[in-house]
Amino acid sequence: MTLLNLLETLLVIGMLGAALFVVRTRDLLAAVVVTAIISLVAAILFYVLQAPDVAITEAAIDAGLTTAIFLVALRKTERYEK
Amino acid sequence: MTRRVLAILLLLILAVALYQALARVPFGTDRMAVSRYYLDHGVQDLGGVNIVTSVVVLYRGFDTLGEVTVLFLAATGLGALLHGLALHDEKRRRTKTPPSLIMRTATRILFPLILLLGAYVFVHGHLTPGGGFPGGVVVALAYLLGFLAHDHWRVNHRAVRWIEGLAGMTYVIIGLLGLYLAGSFLANFLPPGTPGRLFSAGIIPLIYITIGFKVGSEMTGLLSEMKEITE
Repeated sequence: MTLLNLLETLLVIGMLGAALFVVRTRDLLAAVVVTAIISLVAAILFYVLQAPDVAITEAAIDAGLTTAIFLVALRKTERYEK
Repeated sequence: MTRRVLAILLLLILAVALYQALARVPFGTDRMAVSRYYLDHGVQDLGGVNIVTSVVVLYRGFDTLGEVTVLFLAATGLGALLHGLALHDEKRRRTKTPPSLIMRTATRILFPLILLLGAYVFVHGHLTPGGGFPGGVVVALAYLLGFLAHDHWRVNHRAVRWIEGLAGMTYVIIGLLGLYLAGSFLANFLPPGTPGRLFSAGIIPLIYITIGFKVGSEMTGLLSEMKEITE
């Protein structure tokens, strides 16, 4: 296993763990922030897989814009899930 | 209990069906003759070094016009929805912490740099990764940072709407010019030039600049409306 493969494996495992955290946690603000981190890791993976166009789009739209929209929605409700 | 068993059974059937369908295709093989053609002839036909951009703007240009239209409709619908929300939800106000000095100072320095990056991404769409859509979103994110750091920041909604409309119209006019000069809608009527130079690749840079302006103004308008309903 090369170093790059190892990096990819670690990133995918990290994404899975973060996704589980997002589903399980009751703190919605933490969920939104971790969702942004997942998108950022996805962008890194796209870059490693030689798709820089997709990586840029993923980083700008998913990690940036979607997070902002989620945060606006969160302001309209409460921070903790019941 | 029976519902759960049924759900698992259904998923198993779905998995078997998917496996049956995908098992016949060797993993990772190149099955599309047309993608091979794009890779072999794209650069010399159109002059764009970034093949992804050539496919999006020229080979599949009409699809991209549809995509821009869908984005426009989504933004318009969301704007209408947000206006309805703003009317009813006046009661619940939160205590607000004002943006810190670090945030305000950093934004003052970063704002023009992020704008510049966004413009770079959409102007150089035919040379480097990226293009009109991500470039426009980067421009909008610069404004998002401004909205976060300065309470009194507003954009001129009338100007945003004018930029959006003019950019969309320019896209269609470029398409009609292609119909008039080269025989089909959105045809490439400019010479391909030397691949790798800024002024090359025919109409790709022109179209991506209009898309960049359109997406940037659309998203900025949306973010600004969202800021107004949270206040």
